[in-house]
Amino acid sequence: MKNKRITAVFLVLILTLGSLYVLQRLLVPKYQTGIVEGSMVEEYYKDESDHEVLFIGDCEVYENFSTITLWEKYGITSYIRGSAQQLTWQSYYLLEDALKYETPKVVVFNVLALKYNEPQNEAYNRMSIDGMKWFMSKINNIKASMTEEENFIDYVFPLLRYHSRWSELTGDDFKHLFSKNLVTHNGYYMRVDSKAQSEFPDPRPLADYTLGEKAMGYMQKMVNLCKEKGIKIILIKAPTEYPHWYDEWDAQVVEFAKNNNVEYINYIPLQDEIGLDMSVDTYDAGLHLNTSGAEKMADYFGAYLKANYDLTDYRDNEKYVAIWQEKVDFYNAMKAQQYDELETYGELVSFGANAIED
Amino acid sequence: MDELLEILQDLHPEVDYETCDTLIDDKILDSFDIVTIISEISENFDVVIPAEEIVPENFNSAQALYELIERLGDE
Amino acid sequence: MLFTSIEFVGFLILVVALYYLVPRKIQWPLLLVFSYIFYYIADPRYLLFILVTTLSTYGISIVMENINNASKEYLAAHKAELSKEEKKAYKAGVKAKKWKWLLICLFLNIGILSVTKYTNFVINNINSFLNDTSKLQLVDMIVPMGISFYTFQTMGYIIDVYRGKQEAQRNPFKLALFVSFFPQLVQGPISRYGDLAPSLFAEHKFEEKTFTFGLYRLLWGYFKKVVIADRMLSAVTTLVQQPEVYSGTYVFVAMLFYAFELYCDFTGGIDITIGIAEMMGIKLAENFNLPYFSKNIKEYWNRWHITMGTWFTDYIFYPISVCGPMLKISKWSRNHLGEVIGKRVPVYLSSFVVWLTTGIWHGAAWNFIVWGLMNFVVIMISQELEPLYAKFHKRFSVKGKPLYEGFQIIRTILLMSAIRMFDCYRDVPLTFQMVGSMFTKCNPGIFTDGSLMQIGLTASDYIVLFIGLIIVLTVSILKVKVGSVREVLFAKPAFVYYAVMAVMFLVIMVFGAYGVGYDSSQFIYNQF
Repeated sequence: MKNKRITAVFLVLILTLGSLYVLQRLLVPKYQTGIVEGSMVEEYYKDESDHEVLFIGDCEVYENFSTITLWEKYGITSYIRGSAQQLTWQSYYLLEDALKYETPKVVVFNVLALKYNEPQNEAYNRMSIDGMKWFMSKINNIKASMTEEENFIDYVFPLLRYHSRWSELTGDDFKHLFSKNLVTHNGYYMRVDSKAQSEFPDPRPLADYTLGEKAMGYMQKMVNLCKEKGIKIILIKAPTEYPHWYDEWDAQVVEFAKNNNVEYINYIPLQDEIGLDMSVDTYDAGLHLNTSGAEKMADYFGAYLKANYDLTDYRDNEKYVAIWQEKVDFYNAMKAQQYDELETYGELVSFGANAIED
Repeated sequence: MDELLEILQDLHPEVDYETCDTLIDDKILDSFDIVTIISEISENFDVVIPAEEIVPENFNSAQALYELIERLGDE
Repeated sequence: MLFTSIEFVGFLILVVALYYLVPRKIQWPLLLVFSYIFYYIADPRYLLFILVTTLSTYGISIVMENINNASKEYLAAHKAELSKEEKKAYKAGVKAKKWKWLLICLFLNIGILSVTKYTNFVINNINSFLNDTSKLQLVDMIVPMGISFYTFQTMGYIIDVYRGKQEAQRNPFKLALFVSFFPQLVQGPISRYGDLAPSLFAEHKFEEKTFTFGLYRLLWGYFKKVVIADRMLSAVTTLVQQPEVYSGTYVFVAMLFYAFELYCDFTGGIDITIGIAEMMGIKLAENFNLPYFSKNIKEYWNRWHITMGTWFTDYIFYPISVCGPMLKISKWSRNHLGEVIGKRVPVYLSSFVVWLTTGIWHGAAWNFIVWGLMNFVVIMISQELEPLYAKFHKRFSVKGKPLYEGFQIIRTILLMSAIRMFDCYRDVPLTFQMVGSMFTKCNPGIFTDGSLMQIGLTASDYIVLFIGLIIVLTVSILKVKVGSVREVLFAKPAFVYYAVMAVMFLVIMVFGAYGVGYDSSQFIYNQF
């Protein structure tokens, strides 16, 4: 009798935990259509091959560099570990996390995020942290990133955060309960549509141009970590001009690079040299590059990497060719689909904001 | 005793006070009734029932109440 | 720490786990330690207040008992030689001595309660008579969490000791636990020492039934609180904080919403409290007995916030109505106003005092005082109408008929809900105006034109609330029919018993209105 009751307790306990797990999977956002940025961090773990170049940063890397162009033109294997408004400490912890799996030759960090010295926004935090695997890097990342309203426990049990989504579940939530589709091309977020750059508002003068200590500190940690592992780190500022990158900020990064003996390239003045035409190479009026822009950028940057860093051309390596052929096919297929939609509807319908289900 | 029964009958004519011993437990008497009874008793018996004696045991039956009056009158 | 915070849940798991892991001898000391930690986390300064109450009550209870014992010994030793009159005089002397000590204790503790809770209320009222230049400064006063509850509970104890009904607790730590037992610090119930002490200090072995019954109670409380009450809260707040927008039929909606919200919040909180205690084998007094099934207001007050009601009856209503002066007033009014009115005077006067204090106790605002007095008025009117009702019932023989009982129940709910609107609106005149607008301004169109979708609740919220309230109603009816719903479940196979519990847990996790996006609401009674 007693044993029977204990069995019942265990049975119910297991069923409860199972249900909790399924419920949690069901209720967390899937980021499969529309806002796909939330899938990026998680997607990295699915890519089993290694990479010689690792991009780290925010939208200015994951929308501005086509990893496929880098492969096709130079045989460079690369991955972009970026997410929306990825803050400097998040970049550091994502780098730390990635270095557990591989040791690239070059790490490229985009400096725009240095402008933020405080936790910013819960939604972006969740998108760049939820996808990480549970290691110390994730724990430290959460601690560094949480806004005042957030709780650590909500990251451990996302159900606590997302339970109220039961009334907004869509087909995606059921379809991608246990398996998700790839949404990026080695971290690159494709947009082929085009919307010409217009006038940006005049930059507001700031009271204080000093880049924050926390952000600069984490960039220092990144540099230190790379040096320790024998990895070359390149600091870049992507060629897009908005949000405004102040000269005062630039000077501080230049100074930092000099002190640390690392390279820093600001691509904003190099737009023409890269061949960017901001009337066609951006999809959102100049904030981010579209695919034609990202391919130009990758072409230019690839040539530079090839010339200055000792990178392998993997196009001779059968194993890599096989892996990358798949990626190229996926890239071309998506590109074709996007152009198709553009032609049919005049805009993208299954990508970006239009694709968000009500 | 008869005097007491009369007081009680006045409040709830339908109750048989000779036999009922759950006046409080069955919520036949409420707090208003109790206060009325106490003021009647003080009027008719010249006995003051202090607050600490207002416990179910003393008010559950007419008999218990009568015993209480006698005890307090003795002291 | 709110009951609904993740920190509290963690705290609870820790305490309950330790409670059964430590040697049974130190189970109650463990509770004392964690009760003080609980209070310390809320605000370290609170500890000072609770310590003063505990120590003063402890000291004075011992003094009073020593007086008692000494007098008993004296009387026993001198039994033969004292005359009846001498004995009487001696007893009176002893009583006076104890009375003096009791007064000290009451003045000190009720004083602390009054000063912390009512200083600013008094200042505000004085200020309303002063011109702008001479206005008094408000003071920055801390109001210790649950001070009304533990003060009343402790004063009940000391009065019982004074009356000789309760032996004094000679272990100060045990008394400290009685005063500070953490689950009931937040919102009661107000326990009697005699009721609580036996199980509070007893050693408890882990027992499946006791523990899981407590857990059931706890989950049921969370269900009502988190799934229903907290979800409704935003709508209630929207409705009552913009009275200029939401008048007429909206007031009726607000009234009903608040009735359900308060019920689920308060009974839910008490279920959590009692459930926590029960998980550790400790029996707390029941505070509710399905109050919304009451057929009249008097019955309602016997079934709603029961421990407060009996406290006021035992420690205020009875003492006032049977004290010397009151009996004199009674005699005088019988002689001068006639038998019929004279008889009622003590009851009415004492009731008035009780409801006035009940109002004040609920909060430092005129709203609550008027609320208390409204209750008084309604109870008195229904008391006076009773003979009329009796005639009516006899004439039409409707008493006990389901339809008529249903009418009585709904009438009582509506009446109580209307009076309760004083909780909601900013001030007393506004409350009268708004409740009045229910009858003067007719806009029932809001039920059909989608207006109710604009007050902070979505269609899916309404569905959850509707189903949730149906569940609460069903369980309440079951309770009337079968007594204990948990006993019925316990008799079922173990798998069913635990599966129902698990489903409750999952429902709370998913449909609970907690976390980001919901205002974490304090229990409404926390401030009282």
